[in-house]
Amino acid sequence: MRFSIILFGMVQALRLVARLYPKFRDRLKERNLIAQFKLQDNSQGRWVQIDNGKVRSRKGIHEKPDFSVVFKNRAIAEEFLTPPFDQLVRIDAAKNFKLLVEGSDELAVWFMTTLNEMQRVRWKSGTPVGNGVVRYTNGTNGGPVFVYVKDGKILRITPVEFDDEDAPSWTIKARGKEFTPPRHTTLASHGLCQKSMVYSKNRILYPMKRVDFDPHGERNIQNRGKSKFVRISWDEALDIVVGEIKRSKAHGPGAVLVTHGSHHQWGNLGHYLSAFNRFWNLIGCSKLHNNPDSWEGWYWGAMHHWGNSLRLGTPEFYGTVEDCLKEAELMVFWSSDPDASYGYEGTIRREWAKELGIPMVHIDPFLNHTAAHLGGKWISPKPGTDSALAQALCHVWITENLYDKEFIEKRTTGFDEWKAYILGETDGAPKTPEWQEAETKVPAREVRALAREWGRKKTYLGAGGWGCGLGGAGRGPMGVQWARMMTMLGAMQGFGRAGVNFGNLQFGAPLDFSFYFPGYAEGSMSGELAYSANAANNYQRMPHVVTMNSSRQNIPKIRLPEAIMEGSASGFLTDVSSVRGQFLRYGYPAPGHAKIQMMYKYGSPNFGTMVDSNRWVRMYQSENLPFVVNQSIWWEGETPFADVILPACTVFERWDIGEYYNVGAGYVHHMFSMVNHRVVSLQHKCIKPLGESKSDYDIFLAVAERLGLGAMYSEGGNTDLDWCKRVFDSSDLAKRTTWKKFLKKGYFVVPPDPENARAPTASRWYYEGRKKDTPEPYPLPSDYVGEFGEGLQTTSGKFEFLPETLSQIDDPARPPLNKYQKSYENAEAEPALADFPLQLLTPHTRYPFHIMGDDEDCTLQDIREHRVRVNGHAYLVARVNRQDAEARGVKDDDLIRLWNHRGSVVCAAQLTDRLRPGVVSACTGSAQYRPAGEPGNSTDLGGCVNMLNPKKTITEQASGMAPNTSLIEFEKWTGVDTWQRAEAA
Amino acid sequence: MAGKWNMVVDIERCDNCRNCFLAVKDEHIGNEFPGYSAPQPEHGHSWVDVKRHERGKWPAVEARFMPVMCNHCDDAPCMKAAKNGAIKKRADGIVIIDPKKSKGQKDIVDACPYGAIFWNEEEQAPQAWFFDAHLLDEGWEKTRIEQACPTGAFRSLKVEDAEMRRIAEKEGLEVLKPELGSKPRVHYKNMHLITHCFVAGSVTAEVGGVEECAADAEVVLSRAGNELARAKTDLFGDFRFDRLEKNSGPYQLQVESDTGGRASVDFSMAEESLHLGALALSA
Repeated sequence: MRFSIILFGMVQALRLVARLYPKFRDRLKERNLIAQFKLQDNSQGRWVQIDNGKVRSRKGIHEKPDFSVVFKNRAIAEEFLTPPFDQLVRIDAAKNFKLLVEGSDELAVWFMTTLNEMQRVRWKSGTPVGNGVVRYTNGTNGGPVFVYVKDGKILRITPVEFDDEDAPSWTIKARGKEFTPPRHTTLASHGLCQKSMVYSKNRILYPMKRVDFDPHGERNIQNRGKSKFVRISWDEALDIVVGEIKRSKAHGPGAVLVTHGSHHQWGNLGHYLSAFNRFWNLIGCSKLHNNPDSWEGWYWGAMHHWGNSLRLGTPEFYGTVEDCLKEAELMVFWSSDPDASYGYEGTIRREWAKELGIPMVHIDPFLNHTAAHLGGKWISPKPGTDSALAQALCHVWITENLYDKEFIEKRTTGFDEWKAYILGETDGAPKTPEWQEAETKVPAREVRALAREWGRKKTYLGAGGWGCGLGGAGRGPMGVQWARMMTMLGAMQGFGRAGVNFGNLQFGAPLDFSFYFPGYAEGSMSGELAYSANAANNYQRMPHVVTMNSSRQNIPKIRLPEAIMEGSASGFLTDVSSVRGQFLRYGYPAPGHAKIQMMYKYGSPNFGTMVDSNRWVRMYQSENLPFVVNQSIWWEGETPFADVILPACTVFERWDIGEYYNVGAGYVHHMFSMVNHRVVSLQHKCIKPLGESKSDYDIFLAVAERLGLGAMYSEGGNTDLDWCKRVFDSSDLAKRTTWKKFLKKGYFVVPPDPENARAPTASRWYYEGRKKDTPEPYPLPSDYVGEFGEGLQTTSGKFEFLPETLSQIDDPARPPLNKYQKSYENAEAEPALADFPLQLLTPHTRYPFHIMGDDEDCTLQDIREHRVRVNGHAYLVARVNRQDAEARGVKDDDLIRLWNHRGSVVCAAQLTDRLRPGVVSACTGSAQYRPAGEPGNSTDLGGCVNMLNPKKTITEQASGMAPNTSLIEFEKWTGVDTWQRAEAA
Repeated sequence: MAGKWNMVVDIERCDNCRNCFLAVKDEHIGNEFPGYSAPQPEHGHSWVDVKRHERGKWPAVEARFMPVMCNHCDDAPCMKAAKNGAIKKRADGIVIIDPKKSKGQKDIVDACPYGAIFWNEEEQAPQAWFFDAHLLDEGWEKTRIEQACPTGAFRSLKVEDAEMRRIAEKEGLEVLKPELGSKPRVHYKNMHLITHCFVAGSVTAEVGGVEECAADAEVVLSRAGNELARAKTDLFGDFRFDRLEKNSGPYQLQVESDTGGRASVDFSMAEESLHLGALALSA
């Protein structure tokens, strides 16, 4: 179509749509402007004026347009502007200077967004269900949801119930029975509480500034966390933030530090790996380098025995639900509580296993939720000693010939040295069941009985929360040792053999693993190719402009307080592309980079989630941190430690798109195998943003516009809904349904593979000596030592009992021979611990998702197993053994103070026999911080129990945290804070 | 559809995920349903509560959970305490407290023997879980607590009373405080997990000078010379007898293995389930 006709048509269309749609008419009244469209040589053009909603236009070149869209020549302009629009053509034009935007960035973005709005205004979403109620869909970290809305207000939030149009469910036939999951999604508690989170009184509804903060005068940094805040306008807030970004950048690259939690609201766009990364790559920043939190032992330890680096060192899981139900004769759950924090899709599968009569054994110092629900044998070792128990199992297997010798011979290396160690030939101490009893307090006879049964029966080892890694004993000073032991137990029994594998039925449902829909770690709109899985699929499928951070400075997450307060910090990379990537040390400050001048805090608070977190509190009072802005949805414990606060809205108040538990390659590939049905949801904007809150995307866009980056950030005026459509178009969804239908109904159930085309069982290929056939593109082709697909990602290509890679470093707690070592959390190693006789477990919490949902106004606050209300405040629950409590005169619901030299935290006591004596368990589920005195140096009434955990890393050369064996004491809380901090090791 | 509503709650299936509790809060906090209920206050009410109950002591302990809510009694004590017809029994069995007529009637809260009615300070009215009557009347096929429950612990049934009696009989269902004669419409399966005790123990044997778990040993529970039950020990030598009455007094336990080892112990059952520790077999 000719350039002049297209431009003429555009103006007519603007007028026509405005006549038909009042919403569009209103939008045209938002700005007055003159937009010029022209060819570079000024030979052709047309300007459009919008004035109080009226559209005027003339052919030719205007003298003073607010902005101009300049095309290099007519052919380019015509290709660019002729529908249907090809995104690749548009990006190509933008990237290669075929098109330029000159003048006001903000008005250009507004106008281009308006042009897109002509299409969007006709779109319909949601399903009317009567009485003025519309049923929308959305997604949460707890699962996809139906959202019922009436009169602009959320009425209720429920799981998704499938209808007859939705794809059928799979069926597994096992031992004469047939098992099919129910026709709905399940929801974790942190999903079901979301309405109360949306309408919480703790929502931040307006931009705010600390009363005694003046960016041009006295900043009063020492008052962070103490002073009050005043409401300011968005303009003022953005001016301060943009001013501080410019001030900081003048110091050099990396002076702006950005931090975020490990998770965010669900969805591919709003996630930190998406909108956030795109924005910061355009601005340039130092990033907080995330450790593989929750995977510590697997990543830094287990990986060396068998590779799986892109799975953070954890085992494969394909086909394990079917294999376990059909073949397994015993299930061992080791530090494995799948019912604790990832919803309840797998719960029914474990009930099927129970129905089939598969015996279950649970090894955990706490009779965890899964164990309590399923029943079976409970073995409760002293925290941190599990590896001794595991080595005693090896001893019985070796001395009684109960291991897979053929597998050992053909598929492993180093077993002779391992055997010699276990038999005591190396160190004179045979690792007998009696030997372990002194460490673990588990009767030797029970270990022998377990070893024999395990050695004789086909056994599934559910190691960690997911059965294939995550949490539990893997995160503690001895976590590396434990996760390594889990892989070695698997190897001695020949993992991959029918009925012998890793898993607890939480992962490995028989779904379609080829249907492409991106997970949030696939980068979405980020343009980030280096630090997400964007390059694998998304970048080709959803053409978008690449973005790169020009700063090379990173700070290890658990060392941030030291970086700020002491001026330097170092750590080891989380680099999942290879096994050896983790050996690379990096540090702050990076050569040639600037010291931190400001911190842009985004999302969830860290006081409850990071270890020895009084450090984090004190960091905020450091003069080395001149400016802090916090972009947050809720007023949380860490929020008042800022200078400016920007109010973000929830995912229910903006558009997004995402799939149930699909985090994508780069995080946990095919993590959706946890769910019973793949469900992709269009995350409807169900209600308008509350107060003056804005979507993360719109906040970043507003900042970007003030720096002339708006058009680049929004890629020519895309809104969040436009990006949803682009994600839809890029995925296999577009082949199975239409945008119109998907937008309205809000979800799509991906049909499972037919029974004869299901993914092969995990590691069967390795057990049988074939090339890898499981549907994951790992390891990288270059990491195979032999032919592509042959063997494991280790130096030998085999399972290595003594990993060659660990012999290349000198890390005392990670010797190649995984010998038993006691937790470093003991009085001999740290004399200050002599006064603290109890061990503290700080597991992931069951009810909030980490700290998400731990809001004072949230319905989760009324769950007695999470918080207990005493004198008007809901205190975090600490589970204490009944005998320990009685010895200290503590009764149920009494306020108790848990303390050591690092911190002091008040909790509500819950007396229980579900913990072995000497052990306290309090979850890291606090988003609150209520210091009884000086912040950072007093008792916390908010429940940040991580304050009691050491800052010491899991090993000297591994940037992993090490909670779960910390020594503490507790007593009844007197109400008077006498705690004094001692400098901790 | 004819018949009356009943709810069956399986205690063995409840794993305290709290979704029922949260679903009710989601439905009622901030929402008014005229004719059915005023909004629930933000904190403090548990229209559907989950009671925590541990049986036994470390290391032989169970954690059991029991959802408790309005029983929709056919002879409801709350109705007797209510004035002005503030509480209505519907033809479908559901008991509803009228949000307007019940204002000021705090006695209604105290009248419930199950603690299932809550006082709303702001509304000055009693409130309870009313079986999602507002949704059922709109055509919903199940209540929100069933919809939210991931383990199928709830099962609502709209059946004639005779049919419900037959189901209760067949499945061994029980109601709370039957002695009150209030005729609850909420029925519990596996109630013994809350009301009764177990006795457990571990049998050991010395084999070649080493202490081993004695698997497959025969354990006989008797009382005053009468055998009550027998069981085999599992691979850990563990055994367990359930459904013992609280405070039921003295019992005898005898163990015999196929290799001829024997052990016996007398115990007395008080309030709490018992773990008898390790019982060593001797010839």
